[in-house]
Amino acid sequence: MTNNQTNTKAVVVKDLVKKFGDFVANDHLSFAVDKGEIFGFLGANGAGKTTAIKILCGLSHPTSGDVKIAGYDIYKQRDLIKKNIGYMSQKFSLYDDLSIAENIRFYGGIYGLSRKKIKEKTEEYIEKLGLQAYTKSMVKELPLGFKQKLAFSVAIVHDPPIVFLDEPTGGVDPITRRQFWELIYKEAANGKTIFVTTHYMDEAEYCDRVSIMVDGRIEALDEPKKLKETYGAQSMEEVFIQLARG
Amino acid sequence: MIQIQNVHKSFGNIQALKGISLEIAEGELFGFIGPDGAGKTTLFRVLVSLLVPDEGKATVMDLDVVNDYKKLRTQLGYMPGRFSLYQDLTVEENLNFFAGIFKTTLKENYELIKPIYQQIEPFKKRRAGALSGGMKQKLALSCALIHKPKVLFLDEPTTGVDAVSRKEFWEMLQSLKKQGITIVVSTPYMEEAALCDRIALIQKGELLDIDKPQNIINRYSHFLYGIKAERMYDLVKILRENTHCNSAYLFGEYVHFSSNTELDMDKLKAELISTGMENVEVISLQANIEDSFMDLMAKTNNQA
Repeated sequence: MTNNQTNTKAVVVKDLVKKFGDFVANDHLSFAVDKGEIFGFLGANGAGKTTAIKILCGLSHPTSGDVKIAGYDIYKQRDLIKKNIGYMSQKFSLYDDLSIAENIRFYGGIYGLSRKKIKEKTEEYIEKLGLQAYTKSMVKELPLGFKQKLAFSVAIVHDPPIVFLDEPTGGVDPITRRQFWELIYKEAANGKTIFVTTHYMDEAEYCDRVSIMVDGRIEALDEPKKLKETYGAQSMEEVFIQLARG
Repeated sequence: MIQIQNVHKSFGNIQALKGISLEIAEGELFGFIGPDGAGKTTLFRVLVSLLVPDEGKATVMDLDVVNDYKKLRTQLGYMPGRFSLYQDLTVEENLNFFAGIFKTTLKENYELIKPIYQQIEPFKKRRAGALSGGMKQKLALSCALIHKPKVLFLDEPTTGVDAVSRKEFWEMLQSLKKQGITIVVSTPYMEEAALCDRIALIQKGELLDIDKPQNIINRYSHFLYGIKAERMYDLVKILRENTHCNSAYLFGEYVHFSSNTELDMDKLKAELISTGMENVEVISLQANIEDSFMDLMAKTNNQA
């Protein structure tokens, strides 16, 4: 990896292998994600997506291979990686029995934000997400759509250059799902790199580029439009089914 | 087969079901389509006799879900949304356990579950907890079918499941339907609606519409256009400013733009280009279920 590459790339993965015993969960993955890109990381259940994401977030060690996140090395600079990424899981990670402000204060505190900054962020989020009616409520009382937008905002409270979203839109209504994608677009337009997984194939179309994992390998990686051309498919769903069914 | 009359159910201040009424015919593949929190699971729990409604009445196979619950439970199959099998029992042990509860055997009903069970039979000695998502789902369906129920309730069987396994699952449902089993299924995936005979769109404890999917689509009353350009997020924002805009939503490759009047597509394209959009394409579209759902949702939200 040259310095030049790490300057323009948010994520660089080279020959990443992860084994559990004899089982190869990630089989020589190599790819790079540009800064400011919305990168869709797709694959069937059990294809190895979660394993790879855990490694990219510094939560799990690869068996072999090189990974650089925001220019930092996955073996030597895991703490720096954690400071430079945001992560939102499908289960969210908000505390149900804390209020909105308390959740923001908690996460802001973890990332070492000043009190002043936390106050600013709290006001900003309540305003931006339209949460005025819920400032006294506990998070568990929020409708799912609001919870999801709040979870996303909290995941980027420390303004990281990269954010990982693991199935962020499961279960919400179709209007809320689209509002969520507009939030993603907005952050990408501000220069954030978005690394996202989803089972909604229409959402694959919103990504600048998409990779599709099958049995631990990346079988395809390109712009949605080019993937459709390559596989002679009308939709990303068709591309996915062709690849995943083998 | 199933009759639901004015069913209400609240949990504290939350009204989960606000007077649901509908009928489902024998042999139908009926879908409840709606997001999390719409009330789908609550309704299913009422229908399988796990929750007593606050108000209203429901019967399944002419059995009252409250008074006749003991008899009803022996005759229906239920697959809850959360995987509820024994994770530390093997595939085979789970099946035998459920067969035992219903006083039957795996052997006796093998033919019915064969097409589904065969796919996981090579793993019959594996613990259920160690199965992949798709395999768990097949095992859960096999267990729900073990006593040959006449009606099957499947609560979000495909949530969180990848597109390939989802497709296979719906193929299994179609073949069960051919054997005369009435199937009631719920899903948050709008495109699965087209695979049902009839659907109910549900949102915030109320039904938005009930009909054949095509009839619901036919009632969509706006002119719908698909528009794409280089910067999709900017495109949505610009379209929302348009005087003819009823709604503008991201929709995969295109933005779906609806208007109450028919538009000159060339003129619309020229207008977009004049705002600085590049590679603009405008096409005329037929609505799909998701367009209909969002339209009905927006209308009810505006009334509220």
